Amino acid sequence: MHPIRKKRLTIVLFVLAGLATAVGLTTYALRQNINLFYDPTQIAAGEAPLDTRIRAGGMVEEGSVKRDPDSLRVAFRVTDYNESVEVEYVGILPDLFTEGQGVVAMGRMRPDGRFVADQVLAKHDENYMPPEVSDSLKKAEAMGKTRSDSGSAY
Amino acid sequence: MWRFFHKLGSPKWFYGIALQLRPWLLWVGLALLLGGVVWGLAFAPKDYLQGNSYRIIYIHVPAALLAQSVYVMMAVAGVVTLVWRMKLADLFVRAVAPVGAVLTFLALFTGAVWGKPTWGTWWIWDARLTSMLILLFLYFGVIALGAAISDEKSSARAVAVLLLVGVVNIPIIKYSVEWWNTLHQPATFKLTEKPAMPAEMWVPLLLSVLGLYLIFGWLACLRMQTEILQRERRTRWVKELVKEAGY
Repeated sequence: MHPIRKKRLTIVLFVLAGLATAVGLTTYALRQNINLFYDPTQIAAGEAPLDTRIRAGGMVEEGSVKRDPDSLRVAFRVTDYNESVEVEYVGILPDLFTEGQGVVAMGRMRPDGRFVADQVLAKHDENYMPPEVSDSLKKAEAMGKTRSDSGSAY
Repeated sequence: MWRFFHKLGSPKWFYGIALQLRPWLLWVGLALLLGGVVWGLAFAPKDYLQGNSYRIIYIHVPAALLAQSVYVMMAVAGVVTLVWRMKLADLFVRAVAPVGAVLTFLALFTGAVWGKPTWGTWWIWDARLTSMLILLFLYFGVIALGAAISDEKSSARAVAVLLLVGVVNIPIIKYSVEWWNTLHQPATFKLTEKPAMPAEMWVPLLLSVLGLYLIFGWLACLRMQTEILQRERRTRWVKELVKEAGY
């Protein structure tokens, strides 16, 4: 390669490396602001501020959804399989809201550790499958469970 | 290798190659894209959770993927402009920047349409969506800067520097869903793992992605040829070409 071009290429690469470092450090410093939500572990560790509007996100715990029969009030637990947070919400939930699926709730943390949400968004994962596959997966899982249950009964 | 590279710098040579490539890119690309999209929209199985609404993936993913690759290609062309001062690299950037902007807009738009029924919102300021919006503004910046400076050479260099600065955004878009908590789900396709969807879903997606790449290639060739004719209008070969065409 021509020496002048080599020199230009080196400058370009240096500029790129410098830029990448600068942006990397900036985004690292701002990571708390870039994160869309706090997960239950962060909330349990006291990282989430009290009484300011924040988002909490995680999985809806299986069997934790309690609906009020007379109103749109719902309560459920959001978990990251490590810690969990009690969430209260009044309103219409998105179609994809189900137990075991991801959710991001916006609202305030109360001093008693409950999260009062004014907006709940569903977060789906990266897995796609036809309904039949999901059904047979669930069936297989259920069978596996009963087998292990009966095993422990002996 | 270097000889081929330098030959690539000749607009006249490229014009001829593009003319030969164009029909292939168009027809093969169109067949793949239409095949993939029709298969995906009408025949692929529906998703167990999202039902039919996930089918917008067959437009959203190709558009988003290409929007990012086009920017990377433009950035590589920017390096070529800065280091080798090759005219053709700048021609490429000018020809494809609007195409990339349209693809980015399409990705954002289909994402919003998809987000409303699944997440429950059109828009959220999470890292993936925001960095994609920045990409759209970068495209606008490249187009505007290229048009604002009338001197060809300094315009090409200014645009190349902007392209280099902006390319930092691409890994941010790609890894945003892993580095930070986002509402957008992580990637379904990873280079090292099997895709997180069955073959009857990802094969049509792959077809439409390949098809869109080829269509982009066709569009890039066509637009670059137009740019070449405009810029080289005073050269003899272009004058002869026009005379042959009977204008």
